[in-house]
Amino acid sequence: MLSKTIKRVSRNMKENAFLFTELVNRDFQQRYKRTVLGMAWSILSPLLQLLVMMVVFSHMFGRGVEHYTIYLFAGNITFSYFSESTNNGMRSLMENSAILSKINVPKYLFLLSQNVSALINYALTIAVFFLFCIGDGIKFTPAFFTLWYPILCFVIMNIGIGMVLSALYVFFRDIAYLYRVFLTLLSYLSAIFYTIDSFPATFQRLFLLNPVYVNIKFWRLVVLDGIVPSAMYHLLLAGYAVLFLAIGAFFYKKFNHRFVYYF
Amino acid sequence: MAVIECNDVSIRYITGDFKSIGLKEFIMRKLTNNFHVKEFWADRHVTFTIEKGDMLGIIGSNGAGKSTLLKAVTGIMLPTGGHIKTNGRIAALLELASGFDPHMTVRENTYLRGAMLGYTKEFLDEKYEEIIAFAELEEFEDYMFKQLSSGMKSRLAFSVACLVNPDILILDEVLSVGDGAFRKKSGDKMMEILSGGTTGVLVSHSIEQVRDLCNKILWLDHGNQIAFSEDVRLYCDAYEEFLFTKELPQNDGDIERLAHNFGVRMEEERKRNEEQEVDRLERILEEGHSDAAINAAIRVLQKGRPEALIDQYR
Repeated sequence: MLSKTIKRVSRNMKENAFLFTELVNRDFQQRYKRTVLGMAWSILSPLLQLLVMMVVFSHMFGRGVEHYTIYLFAGNITFSYFSESTNNGMRSLMENSAILSKINVPKYLFLLSQNVSALINYALTIAVFFLFCIGDGIKFTPAFFTLWYPILCFVIMNIGIGMVLSALYVFFRDIAYLYRVFLTLLSYLSAIFYTIDSFPATFQRLFLLNPVYVNIKFWRLVVLDGIVPSAMYHLLLAGYAVLFLAIGAFFYKKFNHRFVYYF
Repeated sequence: MAVIECNDVSIRYITGDFKSIGLKEFIMRKLTNNFHVKEFWADRHVTFTIEKGDMLGIIGSNGAGKSTLLKAVTGIMLPTGGHIKTNGRIAALLELASGFDPHMTVRENTYLRGAMLGYTKEFLDEKYEEIIAFAELEEFEDYMFKQLSSGMKSRLAFSVACLVNPDILILDEVLSVGDGAFRKKSGDKMMEILSGGTTGVLVSHSIEQVRDLCNKILWLDHGNQIAFSEDVRLYCDAYEEFLFTKELPQNDGDIERLAHNFGVRMEEERKRNEEQEVDRLERILEEGHSDAAINAAIRVLQKGRPEALIDQYR
């Protein structure tokens, strides 16, 4: 059944490849419509965020952490990507309701296109991140080649979470507010600006329940420690990706045909 | 082979559930066991079949379930009960002007809409000029969509949607788009598509259109199927009488009677009009001062009602 679904989705994707590129194009354009700096904001806004966090946190949490700027930056861009892609994913169906209730097109295309445009944004910030690494004297090791792995797992997981949220958002508009609060909470629990070394070992293990933390940790192990993370990290990331995609697919399949009644 | 087969289709909307009351209310009411939803059947047990080359007209007053039924036929909605089978590529023109992006240019919107309707990039590149020309928007290609007038918007929507030659064409009140000239042009385009053997479904409040274009008719009222028939004339007559008397037919006898009454009423109306006209002309003859007016009135009367003319003018 799974292979059948994959076959159907890939056939749909092929048929709708043109629509998909048009949608990505539109989503990406919409983002910076009427801004003077346009795409430069993709780079500027994480930099400004980094600056603020540096000012606030470097004295409190930065002592004793080598390359604190990079430490902070790695957490920041990863979390920003997570927050953006899931937030946009959540709204993707509702915002296109006028189209979806008039034209018969696969609904997930709208979710995927939002994810792709968030991913392009993420890629830009990663490029800046590497520039900072060079500036801060980070040694580029072969371990860097494993970085495609957390990105891929993250993309899959975000799509899954987007599926769940977009379905819920059609039914409960309240989800948007709840999710915002949840994201704030999650950002504090993701050790973006502090280290978890001072916590007891058992407590430290609880952090592994947070997929965003695991992803950030993966990046830090590669970039700051120059090592390839253990199999556990690999498995955890893949596990979260598959888990959320499965939940998302379940939600989507269950509610797919009911969305249109609620637009 | 049937092109569209609708078998006992029912569509239900649910109102008053959690969407309209919010999460907090929903949980509160669930907890207090006070949660109720209201059902609303937009369509109930609708059954019809149309073959290749048929043109089906769907009639019924507002809220009869016509548009909802079309959404089910195009596959946007899944019917709550029954099933629908369609054969071939469907082009649906439903409430055209919505779903465009107001902040994108006419050109970008044309491509985006085309892509949604399933056209390829090559096809659009080739047809783009034609689409813009048909919509008469050559000077507005780089305008923002929101800057267009509402007539222009519908014209663009119509042009994009009509350039394919679909197997099934679904029209929801779209033959009344734009100004008079464009309406004629779009009507001609429709006829051209339909004469190519395309199967069509037309929802229209203009009974004249249904009489002219359709060879099958489906009458809905508050979601219930009143009739599905090939006798378009009879049912159009009955429907027009229903609009006048608001008396819903219960059986074939009622239909016959309504259609008959309609014929009688039309005949009376025609007579009344004619008499009024004759009265008017006669007044001109009696009181008219200009020779031209008098002569014209005499000519008209000689043609239509010679017996009404008094001898001196005959």
